[in-house]
Amino acid sequence: MKSKSWFRRLALFVGFAFLYIPILSMVVYSFNNSRLVTVWDTDDSPTLKWYRVLFSNEQILSAAWLSIQVAAVTATGAVILGTLAGLVLARFGPFKGRTLLSAMTTAPLVMPEVITGLSLLLLFVFLEQLIGWPQGRGFITIVIAHITFSMAYVTVVVQSRLATFDDSLEEAALDLGARPAKVFFRITLPLILPAILSGWLLAFTLSWDDLVISQFVAGPGSTTLPMVVFSKVRLGVSPDINALATIMVTIVGIGVVLSAFYMRRQERRLALEMQMAKAEK
Amino acid sequence: MTEKHTEGGHPRPVDKTNEYVRIESVTKRFGDFVAVDNVSLSVFKGEIFCLLGGSGCGKTTLLRMLAGFEAPTSGRIFIDGQDMADTLPYERPVNMMFQSYALFPHMSVEKNVAFGLEQEKLSRKEIDQRVAEMLDTVKLGELARRKPHQLSGGQRQRVALARALVKRPKLLLLDEPLGALDKKLREATQFELINLQEKLGVTFIVVTHDQEEAMTLASRIGVMDRGEIVQVGTPTEIYEYPSSKFVADFIGSVNMFEGRLIEDEPNFVRIQSPELNSTIYVDHGISAPPGAAVWAAVRPEKIEIAREEPDSQENRARGVVRDIAYMGDMSIYLVKIDSGKMVRVTLPNSVRQLSQRISWEETVWLSWDASSPVVLPQ
Amino acid sequence: MARSQIRQTQRPPIDAWGAGRLGLIFSLLYRFGPPRWSQYVRKNWSGQRLVIGLPYLWLFLFFAVPFIIVLKLSFSEVRLAMPPFAPLIEKVSDVAYVLNVNLGNYAFLLSDALYVNSYLYSVKVAAVSTVFCLLLGYPMSYAIARSTPTLRNIWLMLIILPFWTSFLLRVYAWVGLLKTDGLINQFLGVFGLGPFTMMYTTFAVYIGIVYSYLPFMILPLYSNLEKHDLTLLEASADLGAGPIKSFLRITLPLSMPGIIAGSLLVFIPAVGEYVIPSLLGSSDQLMIGRVLSDEFFSNRDWPVASAVSIAMLMLLVVPIVLFQRFQNQELAGAKK
Repeated sequence: MKSKSWFRRLALFVGFAFLYIPILSMVVYSFNNSRLVTVWDTDDSPTLKWYRVLFSNEQILSAAWLSIQVAAVTATGAVILGTLAGLVLARFGPFKGRTLLSAMTTAPLVMPEVITGLSLLLLFVFLEQLIGWPQGRGFITIVIAHITFSMAYVTVVVQSRLATFDDSLEEAALDLGARPAKVFFRITLPLILPAILSGWLLAFTLSWDDLVISQFVAGPGSTTLPMVVFSKVRLGVSPDINALATIMVTIVGIGVVLSAFYMRRQERRLALEMQMAKAEK
Repeated sequence: MTEKHTEGGHPRPVDKTNEYVRIESVTKRFGDFVAVDNVSLSVFKGEIFCLLGGSGCGKTTLLRMLAGFEAPTSGRIFIDGQDMADTLPYERPVNMMFQSYALFPHMSVEKNVAFGLEQEKLSRKEIDQRVAEMLDTVKLGELARRKPHQLSGGQRQRVALARALVKRPKLLLLDEPLGALDKKLREATQFELINLQEKLGVTFIVVTHDQEEAMTLASRIGVMDRGEIVQVGTPTEIYEYPSSKFVADFIGSVNMFEGRLIEDEPNFVRIQSPELNSTIYVDHGISAPPGAAVWAAVRPEKIEIAREEPDSQENRARGVVRDIAYMGDMSIYLVKIDSGKMVRVTLPNSVRQLSQRISWEETVWLSWDASSPVVLPQ
Repeated sequence: MARSQIRQTQRPPIDAWGAGRLGLIFSLLYRFGPPRWSQYVRKNWSGQRLVIGLPYLWLFLFFAVPFIIVLKLSFSEVRLAMPPFAPLIEKVSDVAYVLNVNLGNYAFLLSDALYVNSYLYSVKVAAVSTVFCLLLGYPMSYAIARSTPTLRNIWLMLIILPFWTSFLLRVYAWVGLLKTDGLINQFLGVFGLGPFTMMYTTFAVYIGIVYSYLPFMILPLYSNLEKHDLTLLEASADLGAGPIKSFLRITLPLSMPGIIAGSLLVFIPAVGEYVIPSLLGSSDQLMIGRVLSDEFFSNRDWPVASAVSIAMLMLLVVPIVLFQRFQNQELAGAKK
């Protein structure tokens, strides 16, 4: 298919340009001395002015801290519940209510966030009426809401990992005398750990990044970072947000590149060892 | 195929007084599909019993029921006198060697082998000792710290074996144990397996689709077809005295002549076949009514092929050699006899001179001894 | 506004609404017990119920039940109270209860052009965006799938990277680009073109959606295309079909599952998008996500907002069910 390679290269070029030009423009302009995107202030740029502004903004910093805490708790909760759900759907035979569970775990993947947000807020209001908890909205309600929608992603990741998992390994462990709980913790879990880890990261990112649902279920005094950012950017371009974006892109970029390198190294080592084993008798 | 069976089958005679496994009228249904159909079987202590059959015949399902991974729809399984009805896999005195070996990829060879012992609450010292012993027995001592992906196929197989045997089970189930190995390795491993089994005195139940494997390993073979046990016997019995056309066809190759009983006496029978110009004379009696439709099965190695006409007027056919497959140690001749049927004859290449050997398009006479045909009902 | 009244002469011991809720909880518990050990011991262990129960309970309480509440609320009247709606069964006097079932909200939705237009607009925007996403995403996925393994990993990494960066910030990036004095117009101005009004238009929303959801289109497509057997194309060429024909008759049909998955993953959430139309879209034509938010926060009309949600769900029920069935098929197929 050599003749088509120009087309493929063009597609990739256009596509990646489309994906990255906005990000790069944000990064570049975070160093622009001028407030305006239109003008590149050549005299005083590049500057770290906006980074200083960012780090002295109490509102943003405390919102960021709240978001980190929410995301960490959410990710952990989502991973526990999501792994259980994934395990149940992948390993357990039919049971009453299985279709409902399956539906409830995949629906959040595509459900518009305004609907989930609205419904959760209503639930919290009712619960408050009914049993007095939760009292007002805040950290807990945000965490509950985030866990609920992000566990769907963890479930999908774990479920598909388990689907390609060799279940003769689990059978062998049972056959050797291990009880099912032991089989899970000593055999299944270690082997699906990478999937669980990526599920954690996924849930963390989703929670960290969530705006719509947070807006519905947050309360006074619990403002997350996306909420602060949103209220700022509604009014227009704000260079300290550019600085924030640059920082985030850098962190994520480093993380992705490092993990890619690490995985490549693992794969290479594995392949080498397998080859060496084949050469022997 | 060169036959390696010894007279009487496996060297060690089977102790039929010591029944270890009893399968009683076991049926397994998956929805409408009957995987195992009313199977009853006894396996004796210390023997190597092979379940032999093609894919889908139910042998693996039966094995899994013995291991505890499936429950029979009806019927009972007794191991060492105990009904296994509510016993889960981790409670059974049985261990299994999986077809894919199922080695735990994140554990070293040592840890894999130790896993089963760790479930038994033994002291660390004893576990380490038994693991080291077992690894020595299977000659993997130096590879103890390696992980499965660092091992070759043959080495992995030995780890799987060690892992199952280190628990000193009374019964070991093996699912296609030699399937993943190449031919040379397979032969060597076959004999190693037999030696190991003799040494440890464990009862083996092996599932395989490879008849060579079954013939070499087994003290007794159970041939399965579509969920049913079709015949149980020693390798010799199965090969020389198949009880049905299916078994005769399944093991080795065979020439089947369709015919009718024309004479039925206590110590001989005569069969008339439209596929043969002569009659078939068999020197033992069978229990079938005269005039019954039968198959006469004659194995290729039992047929003599010669340029000269044989003396006897029966048990013979004339034909033309249509094809020869040269296997080195022997040759397979495909002879088209007068009736048009293709008969398969194998002959060891005992004569070195090519010019003396029978060649293509030669007219030849086929003949066989009266003891050779096996009469099977239609 | 329709209202039906039920008159009862006795008083129920507890508030009817509360009883209904507790009843639900009981029925849920009953499903898992009393324990029937003999049935469970054969297959699995006793912890099975805990393992199933934990996520089930959570999801039921925090996902399914809220929907029921939304449904129920969509039938209520708005009230000047906190919470701002009438309860389903209300005590009007000592002996009289009133069942406040109000279909008026739905009637209102249907009658007011704002809502109908919003729905249609949202569906249109989501559909068009999905198509654009497909047009850009398919060639990219194809190119990545046909690259060498090393390059492939790099491309995939570059696709995933934006996905891990903040969605909000990436949409925000377009504000600076699309403004009348933004970067794009500056760039075009060099060639003497424009300036074009791109901000606060439907066009901007298209760009925003395509930009944000592109990874969701590419990943399923790529995962499908990567599995294609290239020898099929060689066979096709051998039989005389040119590259375009081979593509149309072999690659395209085989990549249908990927196309469907990617399209559903983009279309369904796009219909209810809120952030993108808020930052980039016009205020004349609102997408349904914004309408819902406005009804809820600005008008404080919770019943109507609920009705809007239910109507949105009705709209999306078919695609959502399709998607779920699809997911299950894929997962079942992945098991060897």
